[in-house]
Amino acid sequence: MTAVESTDVLVIGSGFGGAIAAYHLAAGGARVTVLERGPWLAAEEFDHDFKFGSSSTRIFDFLVGDGMSLLGGNCVGGGSVVYFAAMPRAPGFVFNRQGSIGRRMWPTAITRDALEPWYDRVAEALPISMADWNTATYAGGLWAAACDRAGRTANPVPAAIDDALCTNCNWMMSGCRFDAKRSLLLNYLPAALAHGAEIRPLHEVQRITRTSDGGYRVHYDTVHEVDYRIHPDSGTIDAKIIVIAAGAGATPVILQRSEADLGPMPHAVGRYFSGNGERLNTAYLNEDKVAELLGLSRGDGLAYAASQIGKGPTVASWDRLDGSLPEYERYSLEQLYFPPGLGTILAQVPDATGPTWFGVEKKEILKRWRSWLTIFTMVEDDNEGVFGTPPPTGNSARLSQQFLGFSNLRYRPTENTLRGWALSDAEVREILEKDGLARVMPWTNEPVGAYTVHPLASCRVGDDPATSALDDRHELRGHPGIFVTDGSAVPGALTVNPAFTIAALAERAMPGIVQAARERGIDVRYGAPAPDGSTSARQAAQTAAARLARA
Amino acid sequence: MRPDELGDGQVMTMTLEAFADTIVPGEKRWPGDRAVAGAAEGGGAVAAGALQLLEMPEGGLDQALDDLARMLNDHAEKYRAGHGLPQDESVPPLVALDFANRTALVQELTAPDHPEKGQWVGLAMFCNMAFDTGAHSHTTDAIKSGHVGLTMMGFAQPDDDGLWRFPDYSYRRPLARLHPGTTANGSLA
Repeated sequence: MTAVESTDVLVIGSGFGGAIAAYHLAAGGARVTVLERGPWLAAEEFDHDFKFGSSSTRIFDFLVGDGMSLLGGNCVGGGSVVYFAAMPRAPGFVFNRQGSIGRRMWPTAITRDALEPWYDRVAEALPISMADWNTATYAGGLWAAACDRAGRTANPVPAAIDDALCTNCNWMMSGCRFDAKRSLLLNYLPAALAHGAEIRPLHEVQRITRTSDGGYRVHYDTVHEVDYRIHPDSGTIDAKIIVIAAGAGATPVILQRSEADLGPMPHAVGRYFSGNGERLNTAYLNEDKVAELLGLSRGDGLAYAASQIGKGPTVASWDRLDGSLPEYERYSLEQLYFPPGLGTILAQVPDATGPTWFGVEKKEILKRWRSWLTIFTMVEDDNEGVFGTPPPTGNSARLSQQFLGFSNLRYRPTENTLRGWALSDAEVREILEKDGLARVMPWTNEPVGAYTVHPLASCRVGDDPATSALDDRHELRGHPGIFVTDGSAVPGALTVNPAFTIAALAERAMPGIVQAARERGIDVRYGAPAPDGSTSARQAAQTAAARLARA
Repeated sequence: MRPDELGDGQVMTMTLEAFADTIVPGEKRWPGDRAVAGAAEGGGAVAAGALQLLEMPEGGLDQALDDLARMLNDHAEKYRAGHGLPQDESVPPLVALDFANRTALVQELTAPDHPEKGQWVGLAMFCNMAFDTGAHSHTTDAIKSGHVGLTMMGFAQPDDDGLWRFPDYSYRRPLARLHPGTTANGSLA
């Protein structure tokens, strides 16, 4: 008979929510085990390759739901490995949103001001760089110039990218070959390992049960390193504290599956899912007009023709991020790159006489792919998503060996969300179609519904037990000792890229989680510096941390 | 319904080729090519490797292809009969439809209210992917061998080590006024 494995703190998932927890708890002296469903890759394994089986499918999941598809990381480092590293802070008005519940959806304790020291801790840890016009790509510059000509402002977007190392290869969704993207593989995770944390890749948590001593038992399957549909083995680990950070598409599914053993889950588990109000438009630029109207030149006879060049989003227009506007009418418009495949299939043909997303006319617009510009809009959606009955394992029924599966998420956009999308579509068109600069079409929602690269809110914080799953310390209501620190904890759409806010919330949750661990007899202290030893942000957050560690 | 002189494998291949060619159309490979309708210049999804991609076990559709082809032909036959089109038993029913009718059928199958929408959208996406990414082979090999989709789209050549780098990537000058509410950390308040 094998001994039951045990640890102090079991962390599910190794993205922002998991890595930050693993680091602080391990640095503070706790025994920490991280179970990560995906594989563990390093820079030299991040391929510039679309082939099935390369890193682009090994570390990325595309889950088709009913009305909403989810795109996200599936590897050690989670979303930070596959994301574009755009790191704006959420504007202040976001924290006063009411959404569908008729009251402020964020906990009273969390405002933009209250979150500021935690943003600063993350900024120091990764670190995050100020962007400027020298790092804005051709696509970002083009978007800025078009915004300017249409009377809008535009900003280079802060990013967690080391520009000295970046080659602007635009393969960052396959992982960064050059370690220019400051993913969690370069900061929190190695620091957690140095403090003794253990990370087990290819371990997919299925459910959680209780132990007789008031702790929890986590049940996992191991996952085949090539064919993720195969689970060769299974096991359990006991822990006193559980931190769930499996991502907003998976965290609620684990909890739903655990309900039979753990007892009733808060109503908000698996409800109020937000796709961050995301939507894409593709502009087909007229190169002559780019030169004539915007005065742009690459210096080699080309005005633009640079869709392939860059590092995801570099410039956004934030004019509509105005707290005096009504809720659901505020959004950002951000230049973006999606690689062929994901970035081309759902693009539609302007003025099509036949099908808009396949066929003869679609092939014609692909010929001009280098002159495409993708604009990503993030509106305030209405938390419409609901997770149905969990699949037998994981959070999807996997079709392919890697990458592609079917989720149990159902999403039907309300009139509020549809209006936000319509307003933002119209504004993108107004900016880019002015004087014949481009033709613009939104991506079609018909084949796979809406889509999000930033799933949120499926297990959210709040003050109201009826509409939130977590209290303002991220503890799962009715299940002491279980904390959730990933994107599912964010109450709603943020109108900007959410990674920075997810990470700041995780940092903010740490003093409370450490305190809870101490109350369960774990010898752990809060107060680790940034992963590289920097201490200025820690000092600045000291008072807030003490308040959060209240017994 | 199956043409007697064609084997099962040929029926499946021609049917899937006709479907792929409807998604990204291409020129006929030889005079009298029936599966590829010749609705566009240059190679389409078939020339780009759609069948190879569909047959890769990694994709997860390989075991379902014969069923999908059979279902496509059932739909095509119903479509033919429903529209009063003449029967052509020398090729599978989907292949017997001309390009306009294949297109109309695929539009029906992928429409939001079609009960089988999910699988036909999935099949279409693999065909798109074959053309837009050449995902059945290493991208460097695909580019070296002149992959029809990547070449047509103008996908750049990699460096000698098979990695992409773009030393010139920026106009390197201010191109818009910043939002007046921009704070020192680069975000809005």
